[in-house]
This record gives sequence, structure tokens and C-alpha cells, in this order.
Amino acid sequence: MSKRFLYVNRKAPYGTIYALESLEVVLIGAAFEQDVSLAFLDDGVFQLTRGQQTDELGVKNFSPTYKALGDYDVNKIYVERESLEARGLSLDDLLPLTYEDEDDDWAEKDSIKLVSAAELAEIMQAQDVVLSF
Amino acid sequence: MKFSILVSEGPYTHQAADTAYNFTQAALEKGHEIYRIFFYHDGVNNGTRLTTPPQDDRNIVNRWSALALEHEIDLVLCVAAAQRRGIADADEARRNGKDADNIAAGFRISGLGQLIDAGIESDRLITFGD
Repeated sequence: MSKRFLYVNRKAPYGTIYALESLEVVLIGAAFEQDVSLAFLDDGVFQLTRGQQTDELGVKNFSPTYKALGDYDVNKIYVERESLEARGLSLDDLLPLTYEDEDDDWAEKDSIKLVSAAELAEIMQAQDVVLSF
Repeated sequence: MKFSILVSEGPYTHQAADTAYNFTQAALEKGHEIYRIFFYHDGVNNGTRLTTPPQDDRNIVNRWSALALEHEIDLVLCVAAAQRRGIADADEARRNGKDADNIAAGFRISGLGQLIDAGIESDRLITFGD
């Protein structure tokens, strides 16, 4: 019996290590064949922005790894609309994250779904395990 | 009820380790089971035996060690987080060519899979962090 795991990402990708180490948990966790979802809210929405450039910071740009999530069957990625709008961002500013749907002749589909704070609360309510980073 | 605990901040700087310890004590007193305590991010600093707080302060690391030995609780430090922060057992020190190890009694180093397993096997996984 699998459990529903939700990884909640609330912090900017750089400045602290939480985003990177959260992604490491997600990648390891993907091997356990549980029902996995990711949520991005608050400054966490910056983790998914396109065009990240970290050379001047001297830290690794790990954002390309998010594009591999679909290959790990991690394809329920919820982005909170209010957090995105509050930061002047829209879906077009985010990485195009996709997966191939094996139940639909491997059609390529978008993994990211914009949800309201209220909808995200319902998603959280439905989980067995919530890990917040 | 079967609990697991995630500690995601280091000792002293944040209250998380103290609150996690107090919660664990209270849960055990009420007859609950603690399946595992997993230390991640700076939380791995809870597991270095080199910690030397002032004598009139609590020793957070020794407190964990005593708890583990008394109640046979599984204290796990994430290996990747521990490597970044210089926490090693004898095997890790040898493998990485270090001249010393510093893991405290009652702790072990293992992978992130132990955190996922704790989520699967426990009734509740509770995070103590910032």
C-alpha cells in the first residue's frame, strides 16, 4: 500500500540549502514507489524559474534537475497562484516541466498545475506525509 | 501510536532540537513508539560528540545519546548532509580519507531512504525545523 507524500518547497533556491536538499529527498523518495506530489509556494516558486544563472554566486545551478522529475514519475507539481502573482511571475516564467503519460500513449503533458491557496490546502489535507522545506 | 521525527536544524542555534527531544520524551512517557529520529540539513550537527557547551548549559548531543541507549531509539544522520558538514563515523572517515571521526554514541549514518521509510512505516512523521 503506497502513501501520499507531499514535498512543500517554500524557500528561494539559493541563499540557503533547503531547496537543493529538498530536491535530493524527492529524487531518493521517487525510488520508493509512493504517490508523490510537490508544492511550491512563497519564495519557493523561484525554484522553478527559467534562466537561473549562478556563476557569479559560485554555487551550482541545480534547476535543470527539476526537468528530470518527469522521468522519475514525479509529475504532480503544484504551484500556488497567489505566491506566483505576488512576485510578479506567471507560468511563462517557469521551467517547462513535462512527463510522458503511460496511460495516454505516452503523450507529453505538463507537470505543473497552478492552484489557489485554498486548493493547495485541500491537497495538503489529502496527504499521508507532508515534508516541508 | 508509532511516531518518527525529522530534525532539520542544528543544536543551540535553533530550538528545534530541544523541542524534538522534549516531544520524544513526552511521547515515550505516554507509551507511544518512536520508530526513528532522522537528522537532516544542519540537524546532522546534533550527532557530533565534539560538542562542548558551557557546563551550566544542557548538552544536547549527550542527551540524544542517552535517550537512544535507554530506549533503543534509531538515531539516523543523513549521509549526504553529514558529509557536507563534516560529520563522520569510522567507516565514512576511512572512505573519505579523513584523519578522524566524530559521530556521537547512539547515532548511525545512513541514506535519505531511511527518512522515506520512516514516513511509510510510521503513523505520523513530525518535522522539527525552522
